[in-house]
Amino acid sequence: MQRVEDPTLLRGLARFADDLPTPPHACHAAFLRSPIAHGEIRAMDTATAEAMPGVLAVITGVEMQAHSMSFITGVKVDAPQYALAIDRVRYVGEPVAMVLAQDRYLAEDALDAIVVDYQPLTPVIDPVVAAGAAALILHPGAGSNVLHDRTFRYGDPAAAFASAAHTVEATYRYPRNSCTPIECFCVIADFDPGSESFEIMANFQGPYTLHTIMARALRVPGNRLRLKTPPHSGGSYGVKQAVFPYVVALGVGARIAGRPVKWLEDRLEHLTAATSSTNRVTTLKAALDEGGRILALDYDQLEDCGAFLRAPEPATLYRMHGNMTGAYAIDNLAIHNRVVVTNKTPTGLMRGFGGPQIYFPLERLLDKAAANLGLDPLELRRRNLVPAEAMPHRTAPGALLDSGDYARSVDRAVQEGGLAELKACRDAARAEGRLFGIGYAVVVEPSISNMGYITTLLSPEQRARAGPKNGALATATVAFDPSGAISVAVSSVPQGQGHRTVLAQVVADVFGMDPLEVAVFTEHDTGKDPWTIASGNYSSRFAGAVAGATHTAALRLRERLTLIAAADLNVPPEQVRYGDGRIFAQGNPDNSLPLGRSAAKAHWSPLSIPEGAGAGLRETAFWNMPELAEPDEGDRINSSGAYGFIFDFCGVEVDPDTFAVRIDKYVTMHDAGRLLNPMLANGQIRGGFAQGLGAALLEELAYDPDGGFQTGTLADYLAPTVMEIPELTILHDQSPSPFTPLGAKGLGEGNCMSTPVCIANAVSDALGRELRTLPLTRSRLAELMLGEEPPSTLSSTDPVPGTLTKGGDGHALQGQGSTIVPASPDEVWSILLDEGKLAAVIPGCHVLSMTGENTYRADVTLGVGPVKGRFVATVGLRDLDPPHALRLIGSAAGPLGTSQGEGLVSLFETPEGTRVEYSYTVRISGKVAAVGGRMIDGAARALINQFFKRLVSQSGGARAEEVDGAATTLLARLLSWLGLAK
Amino acid sequence: MKPAAFDYARPDNLDEALALLADRGAGARICAGGQSLGAMMNMRLATPDILIDIAGLQELKAIAIMDGVLEVGAAVTQDELWRWPELADRQPLLAQMLPWIGHYQTRQRGTVCGSLAHADPSSELPLALALLAGDVVLRSQRGRRVVGAGDFQTGMMATAVAADEMIVAARFPLAQPGSTSAFHEVAQRHGDFAIVAVAAVGNENGVRLGVGGVADVPGVIDLTWPVADTTLNDFAWALGGADDQHATARYRRQLVRRIGKRVIEEVSDALS
Amino acid sequence: MRYLEAGKRHRVRFALNGRAVEGEAEPRLLLSDFLRQHLGAFGTHVGCEHGSCGACTVRLDGKAVRSCLLYAVQIDGKAVATVEGLAKPDGLNPLQAALRKHHGLQCGFCTPGILMSLSQLRDEEPNADEARIRDVLSGHICRCTGYHGIVQAALDVFGKD
Repeated sequence: MQRVEDPTLLRGLARFADDLPTPPHACHAAFLRSPIAHGEIRAMDTATAEAMPGVLAVITGVEMQAHSMSFITGVKVDAPQYALAIDRVRYVGEPVAMVLAQDRYLAEDALDAIVVDYQPLTPVIDPVVAAGAAALILHPGAGSNVLHDRTFRYGDPAAAFASAAHTVEATYRYPRNSCTPIECFCVIADFDPGSESFEIMANFQGPYTLHTIMARALRVPGNRLRLKTPPHSGGSYGVKQAVFPYVVALGVGARIAGRPVKWLEDRLEHLTAATSSTNRVTTLKAALDEGGRILALDYDQLEDCGAFLRAPEPATLYRMHGNMTGAYAIDNLAIHNRVVVTNKTPTGLMRGFGGPQIYFPLERLLDKAAANLGLDPLELRRRNLVPAEAMPHRTAPGALLDSGDYARSVDRAVQEGGLAELKACRDAARAEGRLFGIGYAVVVEPSISNMGYITTLLSPEQRARAGPKNGALATATVAFDPSGAISVAVSSVPQGQGHRTVLAQVVADVFGMDPLEVAVFTEHDTGKDPWTIASGNYSSRFAGAVAGATHTAALRLRERLTLIAAADLNVPPEQVRYGDGRIFAQGNPDNSLPLGRSAAKAHWSPLSIPEGAGAGLRETAFWNMPELAEPDEGDRINSSGAYGFIFDFCGVEVDPDTFAVRIDKYVTMHDAGRLLNPMLANGQIRGGFAQGLGAALLEELAYDPDGGFQTGTLADYLAPTVMEIPELTILHDQSPSPFTPLGAKGLGEGNCMSTPVCIANAVSDALGRELRTLPLTRSRLAELMLGEEPPSTLSSTDPVPGTLTKGGDGHALQGQGSTIVPASPDEVWSILLDEGKLAAVIPGCHVLSMTGENTYRADVTLGVGPVKGRFVATVGLRDLDPPHALRLIGSAAGPLGTSQGEGLVSLFETPEGTRVEYSYTVRISGKVAAVGGRMIDGAARALINQFFKRLVSQSGGARAEEVDGAATTLLARLLSWLGLAK
Repeated sequence: MKPAAFDYARPDNLDEALALLADRGAGARICAGGQSLGAMMNMRLATPDILIDIAGLQELKAIAIMDGVLEVGAAVTQDELWRWPELADRQPLLAQMLPWIGHYQTRQRGTVCGSLAHADPSSELPLALALLAGDVVLRSQRGRRVVGAGDFQTGMMATAVAADEMIVAARFPLAQPGSTSAFHEVAQRHGDFAIVAVAAVGNENGVRLGVGGVADVPGVIDLTWPVADTTLNDFAWALGGADDQHATARYRRQLVRRIGKRVIEEVSDALS
Repeated sequence: MRYLEAGKRHRVRFALNGRAVEGEAEPRLLLSDFLRQHLGAFGTHVGCEHGSCGACTVRLDGKAVRSCLLYAVQIDGKAVATVEGLAKPDGLNPLQAALRKHHGLQCGFCTPGILMSLSQLRDEEPNADEARIRDVLSGHICRCTGYHGIVQAALDVFGKD
């Protein structure tokens, strides 16, 4: 069946959030964001911005704090968080002020006029460093950067390790990435002071647990925050959960401005500050017996949630808790979980949520174990799979694996996917000396999250005090209208998956009608539509829970309709049948009615319908899973309602020159129970695969060690294009879940869990090297494989002058060089110490004023080519040794970002004048670093060259412009020096 | 992500454009395709006072061959040059390189000369101009001058174009009989800025090798047959390179050695 | 010469999907914003505003281009085609129908841009092969489909003449 969603989308008539009508008196918001990773806000000057044309208000953290409350989280710590930074910024991109103006263009004009004085603090970026005793504490009230620390024991892992024939251990780092929907966040907020209530439209996707948090932050009861979602969503993959702080920000904005406020996130904001997967450092140990049976696993997980623990975090760490043993029967398990905060964007929901962070270490380690035991990696996995006869199988940490025949699925994939041929291919390639490898991944894909899984982080005593949290309540409403037509409404908040198509099918099947005659509504309004705390589009809960609830509601409705129809057809209810859009008597199809006729009766003649049918044919079903209990006293938790199975294998070839990874073949086998719609299921698998491949090879939300964010554009954050996605072979097994109404399980997230590690295993096999992090970019693989770099035969051991190297701490731009100035050292010295002459030497300097001894403040315009920005710079001259040496320290701040630098300048007398030798270190952060990373080194170099050209000019040499125009390029000079010039 | 305010001018002829440039100087930017400038303006990395749109100037639309040189007007898009029927015969290297610039959609708007003016060290066209030793024709009210490729690009995103000047045409020497060319680019994804781009033109006497993406400007070197690995290695070191989030300097130099060798071998194979 | 001052609105007349329309725009107004916010043509979507994602692709005088890298004032006197102009009153055009048949869209946000690129390609190169189709599609980022259905849909439509 083709999708019912498509015709509207293909015509360009779908209504996404930004397409919805905006009230005529609405204003538009834009956010000023922190350019630095960590710092105190000493002062903020908004006066100029507030006076600009079209500007209605500039809202700062102080006002935000006055009108809202801190967001609550599942971990009770003193680390308040508001929609705007209050007195401290903790990540690049953190909102520090919100401008409200007549349109977005004017709002952004005003952003450039706000001046913030930051006192930089030491950035805390690496999670291991952040967890250490020496690290600066991000939230002083919390007393530590480690906000959560718990250990778990299932079975007797210590004994298992003590008695094991083999143990294997390694540490892995899973990076930050994001599924980056092409539609960014959008919020339209309005506040009614008469009823003290908010009406807010946002392309929010759930979970609706967050509604409670938003209402509390806005200081209203839940029924005073009417949250609506639009009819269509431009993708989410979990990401749009993270719009919720902006719902609060815009709500406060509407309250202050006294009119509706709209905000549309732009791509730079999205990549910098929307959300991220968690990055995690995992040390995993496995104990195995002689035969390769895994006796125990021991996880040490350090989870980096960014600057704030933002609800529902630390859920990434606990979503997989029940199935931490993967697809394997392992009786003994130890887990040490720590959650740390660092100066990076707060994390949140992301397709695969918690999965890749587990399976990357687990499935990498099994390859290592197989190598140690001399076993084939697939054979090792086979020996440990949960056997079919054990289903449903309770894992050591408490998951109830519901169905599946894992060994059969693996065997089928090996056969039908052509593993033998792939191995032959690998052997042939290797015989030719090519770098070809095969990788495997075995994954259990959980779906339908238990609302209580997050409480596993509490101790049993804490849980007892807080009261139980459990279940995964789903709801759906099915109704007949007075014309006899049928409609369905759900709170699943789809993000493109085709929920309307599937629900139309499910309901049409119940009533024996054409799915196209079923209308399905998925836009949601918390004020009027049924919903539950578990509502929303996450944890792959649609097929199992929402479709099931809809089926239940439809069946109940049919029961009632059957009573009415039985009377109309004059037969007993048990003889009423449905088909082809009609209701008929069993064995006598001529005795029939159009489906809608009896249904309409419930509206038009409620007094005439039989007793028990009830007036008004509308059924709202609430469905829950009894299997989803809260954690027990032993911390065992059935964290999800259903568990699918995935087995992937792939072959890759690595180019020995470029280290490009080519996927030769990729096979993915899924058992997600009963498939409701195979076309949509395969669409989900292909989409998850593409994102998994991106995570494996390309995608990273990258930070430099100072917390500067480096991937602010889609030319820097590299989502795969059509050229990077290879053919995919999809296979299905179908072992219906005994616990979901339709036997279906979720399947959309699986390849985000399996594909990154499957590709990594294959690349590792191809290169014969251990791989401990992702993504496997060409440069990263090259650095792993390349030996000592052959030295130049022409240069000495000195570094090539003017080239840049990353410093010892691996991040700051460093460079050095020298230039001849046609003046004596005394004359050069006097220029540097003369306020007026220094102003002429500093590139782009408009005004220079002395603010202290040898300390200046300058207004400068800096840039290269068309890129220019105004900055306020401070320059200090230190360690003066006239006329031989001095140290320059400086910083600059402006709308394009901030920088801090230091340079050493030495003067040597020569026959031509003075040889000025210099070395410098520069750190750059903010917008220019996020979007122009490729250019920063060159730009810094160009500015320093300008400085010295101007120095030459000031010393009586050629005019600076002439120096500019006639300058031979650095490269030409080098080539000539090397005797290579043309 | 919205641009700052600017005046917009669409001159009817080149003289009007030059008069505006003379008047507004450093605050003005020429916009032909705007595929790089527009993105930078949306991010407010560039905030010109006035945009002078030359895309519609017929006198800058010509693709012509004169005196053994292919002259491409400043309003000619990358796609138009690629579709020019004689390109593959007259300058096959350009025909090879043009499809690597950005994407179908940006090539239909982005111009050949605009790419040269932008002077991105990773771009294909500056590399082509440097390798082929082409020229850039500049005009201002002060007059006209022709700048050779070696003097044109002075640094990263920096060129010899003065504030009152604009590019009116680029000139690429035609392929010589008995010569052949090769091109190879390594990027993370198709259409991305090159990590390293390598092009070569050779004949029986030797080969000229050009590399983009490593140094601030394309690096070019003339070599005689046979080319030794050590020469390529020295060239890689001379180019230097810097680390960024996409690639280390060492990886870039390694690509110069390996891809440089590949491209040279391609030329040598084609000649034999 | 046309000289348009910053901060003021200027009349822009052009053909949108074959119909003459006009509006007012200050010089810096992006074509994407003009179409969506001033003319109500919200079928063109905005995904990155730096020319990378392809969602905002429209056809300007027949050529598929990024509307986020054009200013409204630049299209005065020209012809712009957007996704709203593709379908016939009686149904989807062949590209649209093929995308539906092959499940070449999920959330559908990137789809209008993809349709505009493929529609130019179909007009100019109806027998384009898979390599050319992929080259054209590489200017679009789709995060839902993994591109498979999009390529299949194009292969279903191209090479049939």
